[in-house]
Amino acid sequence: MSIDMAEGRAGSPAGARPGVKPTDINNPDYFHKVVDCQWACPAHTPVPEYIRLIAAGRYSDAYMVNWHSNVFPGILGRTCDRPCEPACRRGRVEEQPVAICRLKRVAADNKDDIRGRLPKPATKKNGKRVALIGAGPASLTVARDLLPLGYHVVLYDQDPQAGGMMRTQIPKFRLPERVLDEEVDYILDLEPELKLGNRISSMKALLAENYDAIFVGCGAPRGRDLDIPGRKEAAANIHIGIDWLSSVSFGHTTKIGKRVIVLGGGNTAMDCCRTSRRLGGEKVDVVVRSGFEEMKASPWEKEDAMHEGIPIHNFLVPKAFTHAKGRLTGITFEKVRAEYDAKGKRSLMPSGEPDVHMECDDVLVAVGQENAFPWIEKDVGIEFDRWHMPVVSETTMGSSHPKIFFGGDSAFGPKNIIWAVAHGHDAAISIDRLCKGEPVDAPRPPLVNLASQKMGIHEWTYDNDVALDKRYKVPHLPNDVALKDVRAEVELGFDKALGYAETQRCLNCDVQTVFNRDLCIECDACVDICPLDCITFTENGPEAELRKRLTAPAKNTTQDLYVSDGLKTGRVMVKDEDLCLHCGLCAERCPTGAWDMQKFLLESAQAGHQCRK
Amino acid sequence: MTYLAKPKFRHPSLVPNKLGFTHRDYEGSISTLCAGCGHDSISTALIQACYELDIEPHRVAKLSGIGCSSKTPDYFLGQSHGFNSVHGRMPSVLTGANLANRDLIYLGVSGDGDSASIGLGQFVHCIRRAINMVYITENNGVYGLTKGQFSATADRGSKSKTSVNNDAPIDLIGMALLAGATFVARSFSGDKHQLVPIIKAAISHKGSAFIDVISPCVQFNNGAGSTKSYDFVREHNAAVNRLDFIEERDEITAEYEPGTVQEVEQHDGSILRLHKLHLDYDPSDRVHAMNYLQQHHEKGEVVTGLLYLDPEPRDTHAALNTVDVPLNSLGTRELCPGSKALEGINDDYR
Repeated sequence: MSIDMAEGRAGSPAGARPGVKPTDINNPDYFHKVVDCQWACPAHTPVPEYIRLIAAGRYSDAYMVNWHSNVFPGILGRTCDRPCEPACRRGRVEEQPVAICRLKRVAADNKDDIRGRLPKPATKKNGKRVALIGAGPASLTVARDLLPLGYHVVLYDQDPQAGGMMRTQIPKFRLPERVLDEEVDYILDLEPELKLGNRISSMKALLAENYDAIFVGCGAPRGRDLDIPGRKEAAANIHIGIDWLSSVSFGHTTKIGKRVIVLGGGNTAMDCCRTSRRLGGEKVDVVVRSGFEEMKASPWEKEDAMHEGIPIHNFLVPKAFTHAKGRLTGITFEKVRAEYDAKGKRSLMPSGEPDVHMECDDVLVAVGQENAFPWIEKDVGIEFDRWHMPVVSETTMGSSHPKIFFGGDSAFGPKNIIWAVAHGHDAAISIDRLCKGEPVDAPRPPLVNLASQKMGIHEWTYDNDVALDKRYKVPHLPNDVALKDVRAEVELGFDKALGYAETQRCLNCDVQTVFNRDLCIECDACVDICPLDCITFTENGPEAELRKRLTAPAKNTTQDLYVSDGLKTGRVMVKDEDLCLHCGLCAERCPTGAWDMQKFLLESAQAGHQCRK
Repeated sequence: MTYLAKPKFRHPSLVPNKLGFTHRDYEGSISTLCAGCGHDSISTALIQACYELDIEPHRVAKLSGIGCSSKTPDYFLGQSHGFNSVHGRMPSVLTGANLANRDLIYLGVSGDGDSASIGLGQFVHCIRRAINMVYITENNGVYGLTKGQFSATADRGSKSKTSVNNDAPIDLIGMALLAGATFVARSFSGDKHQLVPIIKAAISHKGSAFIDVISPCVQFNNGAGSTKSYDFVREHNAAVNRLDFIEERDEITAEYEPGTVQEVEQHDGSILRLHKLHLDYDPSDRVHAMNYLQQHHEKGEVVTGLLYLDPEPRDTHAALNTVDVPLNSLGTRELCPGSKALEGINDDYR
């Protein structure tokens, strides 16, 4: 007599029921999503892979994993917007994610001379010429990917040095010049033709030079102004944030008034206020229209600013610049409060309280950046949308002109360096395909490898002993030293010991739990041992209903369920990927090897293979 | 066997019980049994049952003998009392402990070797003395620690990799029924939906409760010729009922066919709601139960479920008319009440 496990439970007759289809783990996206950090990274850097290398003291190898993928490990290890960290699984099982960004810096800081491992300038040219407009992170990425393949790359920039916004907008106390120069030089060493200090004024003229492809990576170079009363009269002491930062960067500006007001709540505003503190600003205030939480600046940048004695004032809308005798005296603000409509849309309403006047000597306006393409003629064949942005494909980065590609901030508006790098890789593939006469929009499958990590009954190639451990803090230069020198780097970075400790917080989410239905004897050992109650053997059912009746409810619908095909008892194995620690205990307790821990390594497609060997 | 301790991370949506504990708080140290051992599932079922019953860990005493099964008390209820006794002698130690302190919840954890071979006499006498306890055998039919020789509960004709068992099996359920256990159940380590409510009901039963749990030995007795393998038990499992353990009476909201649901109220007010899977099975009839089990065993079936229940059990303390407080809490004043009291006692016999 056969008894099904479902028997006796009201309302769940045994037998086939409509349910979730078995998970296809051969689809590269499936396990890629489990590596949340890598999935969230626009360049899809294999994060756990390089963190393990750092833990092993193999800093150069860790650096190269990064360099292949994101081109600027040292720069990004200091300045990245870190989309990987909010995604980090550690942040779901503990308070804070792994300090991924700062670990990247550990690799960069401690590596040996890796120049011997970089691609060499192509000895054989392929005869194709590509123009890159703007020498920022997007264009430099395109250059790096294409130069080793034999392309003749011409790099244009209005500034005398390559680096783009990484050089002009990021203050030196966050990104030392030597770090920037080093990584920019790795690309310049591949010998692009440099046309720096050379502003392009006509796309038509450029097209007339018969390049095989043109890549526009000129950023979002125009800082938004604030047209309120007094703007003209007090103009001498009102500066546009990004222009002012650029001027500081090149050494043209070395001083600012004692009392400074920075308008705006983004990362540029944070860089402006902190730079002001170092150029003579004694009383520096940031004033923002919105509330503190809604500010665009990254939380850590706000923290760093406040740590340097810079208050942030919220819900104040600038009404007028006040001035006397042709000189700025301050700003008048209207007090507002946030109101939310039924749809949750916020609007700022006058609070009815009296206006506030704040005195100051200088104002920095950092209320946003805009794209500007005055040099692209309307009739060259590039379609623009109603916001005056080029229409660009998110996969190929191609515009409506077959030979012209966009990337970085000039493609979809201001983002950040890591997005620019990702765009650069995609554009380089497109340009390479275009020049070879291949279809530009064909699929771009990644390189994927899945390999067992088993070395013995309870020995794995990775350290699976995970423990509770709070995020380590990066040491900072004391304020009294830091504020004296605009070029003194504030963050000192993790040393090797701290870096090692932080690496141990990584859960190795790329070491996947791979289930083999044919080997499973349904003994429940994995269910019993799983510390996060991720595994359930149950009858299949519609996903929404299935999620509710697992060992622990699977409430995070952004995370997939790993569902097996039917087992001997007719049940299926369901694993909620959400909180899996990748500790491998399911595989250690499995008597038949139905669970195995396999390392999933995914490298995104890039033009050619020279840069990711 | 695992070297690593189970990580302390917990699922954030775990619901604490009335004491503020999650099931993780009832865990013990990491199991050193073979991977896939049924015993580990039984440990998990015990953890789940104690968590669901809001049992204070310090109120539980785990006692065991020798063997794979007797190692398991280390792997659950790490905050409870434990005593790992001599081979087959757990019932005596448990009896003594129970006499000394009637307030604790006694879990006797044993195996087929410990209870059906060396400790058979102890097992039977402990049951017949009606000790208030839960006696669990984790029954895999082999001596796992000595490399898998057949034990006394292995069925005749059962095959291992190297041998065939020619001896007749000892049926622990039958012996428990004969010896007067007032709560008798059989379950399967691979079916916690059945096992957990049975354990909860047994803990709330104020008498000698015996649970025989078929627990496959993955290493030595999970092959094609075994009658204690995962596959065999699943294929031949004849569950006579499903049990819901309900602490306080509630309305039955689901509709059932007439005669399929039976409720039994226990002494402490808890309700055992039995969903009959075999309508002809009556768990209140001891003789019927013994016959039924023998008949179905002949057919090669493994009968599981709550097999016999006396809802009004009398335990050994009732029989001995002991005081309500634990004997170990009695002080000199109570134990040596003085010569006047002695005279009074002596006068009673004159």
